[in-house]
Amino acid sequence: MTIGLTHYLVVAAILFTLGIAGIILNRKNIIVILMSVELILLSVNLNFVAFSQSLGDLVGQVFALFVLTVAAAEAAIGLAILVAFYRNRGTIAVEDINSLKG
Amino acid sequence: MAAVFFYLFATIMIASACVVIFARNPVHSVLFLILAFCNGAGLFLLSGAEFLAMLLIVVYVGAVAVLFLFVVMMLDVDFAELKQGISKYLPVGAAVGAVVLAELGMVALGWQPASASRNLLETPIAANVSNTAALGQVLYTKYVIFFQASALVLLTAMIGAIVLTLHHKPNVKRQSIDVQNARNAKNVVELKKVPFRTGV
Repeated sequence: MTIGLTHYLVVAAILFTLGIAGIILNRKNIIVILMSVELILLSVNLNFVAFSQSLGDLVGQVFALFVLTVAAAEAAIGLAILVAFYRNRGTIAVEDINSLKG
Repeated sequence: MAAVFFYLFATIMIASACVVIFARNPVHSVLFLILAFCNGAGLFLLSGAEFLAMLLIVVYVGAVAVLFLFVVMMLDVDFAELKQGISKYLPVGAAVGAVVLAELGMVALGWQPASASRNLLETPIAANVSNTAALGQVLYTKYVIFFQASALVLLTAMIGAIVLTLHHKPNVKRQSIDVQNARNAKNVVELKKVPFRTGV
């Protein structure tokens, strides 16, 4: 049995769903939310690479490279904001982050 | 043989993604995130993207996951309290997950390529060039603007992370090199004429 594009798409779909469910389930824990976002971006990259291979076009891999870049930047900034927030408030509970609410 | 490895990598990746979501201890979450990324790199290898697979190992396992690990271990947070909502949100999460999975499954299984799509390739993969060389050939020529833009994104993220987390405590003494270099004997040393037997 050969592994085609559909196999990769199904795996990426399951991973994406797990990421979405992780964001909803761990509403209080922002670190796990950030990890779920990383899972979602991994599944998107998996789709890009699978389509790139299936269509014989290199653009998918180039774009996956840029997604990887943005994901790394996002993780760094998110964790920096988290550290700054923890330093100010002594907690990282997400429901406490509503100081800007009018 | 490739099929065996595909199912192995896919199964381990999805199982470790489940552990990332449901683990009680966030350190376990980070470690299983690393496992998920390693198996994702294996899937990249199987689909012929060797350079991206190595990049995933280097960037994610080497940098991002370690950053997560540092932050999780540095923040002294009661994670048991943060975990309490998981049973409350379980119905909503399961419902949304089922809907998303159904939609994505419909797209993934019912997807058909257009017949003319083979003629629309932007940069076709050359047969006789390795994956890394092929990526390098287009990345520094055709997509050099995007490459520079992503470098700018990384620079912004680096400066932003430093600005956000750097803070000066007021009572910590620091070395100030320009002040040290500006000192000379004429300004600093004061000669006093001390009278005999009286002291200063």
